[in-house]
Amino acid sequence: MRTAVPEFPEARLRELADRYASAVAAKRRRVWLGCALLVVAAIAAGWMGDVNFGSFVENFWRFPAYFVSIAPKFSFSTAWVDLTDWLWGLPRWMRLLGDTLLIAYMGTLTGALCGFALCFLASANLLKSRTTVFVTRRVLEFCRTVPEIVFALIFVLAFGLGPLPGVLAIAIHTAGALGKQFAEVVENIDSKPVEGVAASGGSWLQIVLFGALPQVISNFVSYALLRFEINVRGAAVMGFVGAGGIGQDLIEAVRKFYYTDVSAILLLIVVAVMLIDFVTERVRHRLLGLEVSAR
Amino acid sequence: MTSFSFENRAGIAERYPEVFHPDWWQRAKIAIGIGGAVALFVYGIVQLDIPFHRLSEGLSRLGEFVRLMVPPNPGSWPEVLKYLHALGETVSIAFLGTLGGALLALPVSLLAARNVVANRIVHVLTRRSLDTIRGVDTLIWALIWVGVVGLGPFAGILAVICSDFGTFGKLFSEAIEVADKNPAEGVRSSGGNHLHSVRFGLLPQVFPVLLSQVLYYFESNTRSATIIGIVGAGGIGLQLAEQIRVLEWQKVSFLILLILITVSSIDWMSGKLRFAIIGKRAIA
Repeated sequence: MRTAVPEFPEARLRELADRYASAVAAKRRRVWLGCALLVVAAIAAGWMGDVNFGSFVENFWRFPAYFVSIAPKFSFSTAWVDLTDWLWGLPRWMRLLGDTLLIAYMGTLTGALCGFALCFLASANLLKSRTTVFVTRRVLEFCRTVPEIVFALIFVLAFGLGPLPGVLAIAIHTAGALGKQFAEVVENIDSKPVEGVAASGGSWLQIVLFGALPQVISNFVSYALLRFEINVRGAAVMGFVGAGGIGQDLIEAVRKFYYTDVSAILLLIVVAVMLIDFVTERVRHRLLGLEVSAR
Repeated sequence: MTSFSFENRAGIAERYPEVFHPDWWQRAKIAIGIGGAVALFVYGIVQLDIPFHRLSEGLSRLGEFVRLMVPPNPGSWPEVLKYLHALGETVSIAFLGTLGGALLALPVSLLAARNVVANRIVHVLTRRSLDTIRGVDTLIWALIWVGVVGLGPFAGILAVICSDFGTFGKLFSEAIEVADKNPAEGVRSSGGNHLHSVRFGLLPQVFPVLLSQVLYYFESNTRSATIIGIVGAGGIGLQLAEQIRVLEWQKVSFLILLILITVSSIDWMSGKLRFAIIGKRAIA
């Protein structure tokens, strides 16, 4: 079947086409302006950051060469001996890796509990006092903006070398980061259960416990698990400043050019991080799935 | 009307048994979970040999440090200029690192997205290599690049590019995979080839999302760029670590203040920019 497509008269059509062209041109101009600004900013930043393409091109071969030199040496006839030779420090590294995971875990748990306690004070829908909300938010912001390694540097001086400053540094950073995310979750809850508990005479604690908490707990756990993933990476480098874990051995191996040790430790860290990512992702999907099915 | 006095509590309980008779299995699972978490914590204390006797001593020393920190004082004007220059380096590291990482990650993320490249082997391989790159912390990348291009901010830029490449590759490919496939099919059905459908059907949809992620990471990279100097890769971290080591607490607090101001202003700026580019809808 054929249908006649209605067509505008020539003049109207040209007018529309012109308008379309000018709209497209305006958009193009904006995009080009944005690109130009970006290029200018990139050049300024390159000047500031001592970008030197000459030395980059000249020295780039060192990057793959580094990976070649840290790669373990295997030959077919002595493969097993080579393997044990490469992983000679495995018992020690596994213990340090375990320490790293424990530092991340203890820091995450402590930080999550602090963030949990503070988040209700930072959410405007549960608290009347504007000042408390404001002050709590600024404290949380401070905790998460100062990098954890800076806290670790200071804590190492105060508490001495070892895992304790690492745990504390991660805990403070986690409290700041999770406190903010938790507060955002709490601010987005349905206000009806909260009002219901308040209307039937509940105290503030009861409002939080029975009105707000059941709505947010699965989200909280999910965020805490995500933070645990991030903290495992963070704990792996805590040893750089003497705050425990496998980082100490890694930086020593890098600085003293124990090439094959570097690759062995890096491999252990990457495998551990990937495993933890995998497990926590599974758990988080299940938690969020539970929440969806409960609705 | 039914009266809800306590006399007919039994009646209510009869009608809604699931509310009044708790699910013991559910409770046991929660209790086991909490018990396990606490046990692991205690095991951690034993295993890591956390010295509690040093805690109070350390806290008092920490209090002393904080007391020495106020008021923040950079020392002299040349010092201030030096710190501002280091701060500029930090912002440059974050900016160029984010930009470079995003530019490199875009083509690779197309490879890693299931709806663009149908070949299973290609996207599994791409994903695993991105995961490996992401598993290595920025500080470790910085250590490696310092060995390649020498000390200085350039090594920091390359380190941020490396670690962002992994992160963006994953985030971008996820954003591309959830995109609506109707526009792409429309382009194909009106005679476009595969490349056309990616350019006109897919990218316009995902571009605002990608841009918002890049802006968000610019802010978070500013935080990580502040510490990259600890391993010698330029920026304000070098100064900060140095001043902490020589116990110049007033300078330390000045530097921390500087970092706080910079990060929150970039936070504010990137929030505004994200809002201007994509509107409120996509931020939430």
